[in-house]
Amino acid sequence: MIDNIIVFTNQVSRYIIPFLLVGIPFYGLIIKKVKVYESFVEGAKDGFDIALRIIPYLVAILVAIGMFRASGAMDLLISFIAPLLNIIGFPPENLPLAFMRPLSGSGSLGLFTDLVNQYGTDSIYTRIGATMFGSTETTFYVLAVYFGSVGIRKSRHALIAGLIADAVGVLSAVYICRLIFL
Amino acid sequence: MLNYIWFGLIFVSVIVGTITGRIDEVTEAAISMSKTSVDIAIGLIGIMALWLGIMKIAEDSGLIQLIAKALRPITIRLFPEIPSDHPAIGSIVLNMAANMLGLGNAATPLGLRAMKELQELNKRKDTATDAMCTFLAINTSSVQIILPATVVGLMGAAANQIFITTIIATGLSTVAAIISVKVLAKMTRFQIKTNDQ
Repeated sequence: MIDNIIVFTNQVSRYIIPFLLVGIPFYGLIIKKVKVYESFVEGAKDGFDIALRIIPYLVAILVAIGMFRASGAMDLLISFIAPLLNIIGFPPENLPLAFMRPLSGSGSLGLFTDLVNQYGTDSIYTRIGATMFGSTETTFYVLAVYFGSVGIRKSRHALIAGLIADAVGVLSAVYICRLIFL
Repeated sequence: MLNYIWFGLIFVSVIVGTITGRIDEVTEAAISMSKTSVDIAIGLIGIMALWLGIMKIAEDSGLIQLIAKALRPITIRLFPEIPSDHPAIGSIVLNMAANMLGLGNAATPLGLRAMKELQELNKRKDTATDAMCTFLAINTSSVQIILPATVVGLMGAAANQIFITTIIATGLSTVAAIISVKVLAKMTRFQIKTNDQ
């Protein structure tokens, strides 16, 4: 049953973007008589400005995270925390991914690839890692891009809330997988 | 908050890099990541232009306002301070829909459009509003109902096993995001100070 759901959703998702690209102009031109070409160009103009505006925020966040990863501080942090988290049933194998996920998309993808290569696709570590991957986001990157695009410098409680959500996603991934697969 | 985390990351990197003898890698990372940042931003221009263009058609034809109105009963609870006829609601809903369907490329332009519209309602242009924080927290909690393409690519058929676990975990993290953002917004240290201009 689940196999069919996956096949179905994957099939549907292939058609979503083409459908939007034809459906929205269709609704605009044929039903509402909007000058769709002119509207499109008018809207598209903003793409350039927004992309340029996020550069300073991206540089600030990505440089700090890049330095942190390169220094080996991450490994140090993990070696301190791993024994503590092991007590509550958190496998040390999944700890690097849990910490990397909010920081870096490419970094966490690399760590997940390692899990697959090392333990195979049927191991509990890979399953936990994949669930983590799907239930969390690269919070720092999203914060830099979203707030940077409109020049927000004071982010208030957004970062903490995002990190709490990541922590809940990561812990749920561990316990749900243990519950279902062990 | 971000000031201390940002400085903390750089400070710890330089100290640890010195101790572990990886200081050259730290320097190299700083330089290469600054280039990567620009590459990412430049790479966004085309896809941003495409979706912002399509969204402008949706706005001019009244489609966004229609979607915003239809989902108002839900969004009014999450974003009580946004006027019900404001286009920001439409963009937020479309961004979340794109995220749920795993359309990352479409989700970012829609999200940035929503941010722009939220900023129009903002009285202090350098400070995030409650609505912005709520929107961001929900976004960072990942609201995916379709598995990430990268995970499916790496796991192949075995990805089927994690379909249910991912939906439960991502649902819990989204609930946690909404609860924590609403609770934190009431704390005095996160309140917008009216007299520190």
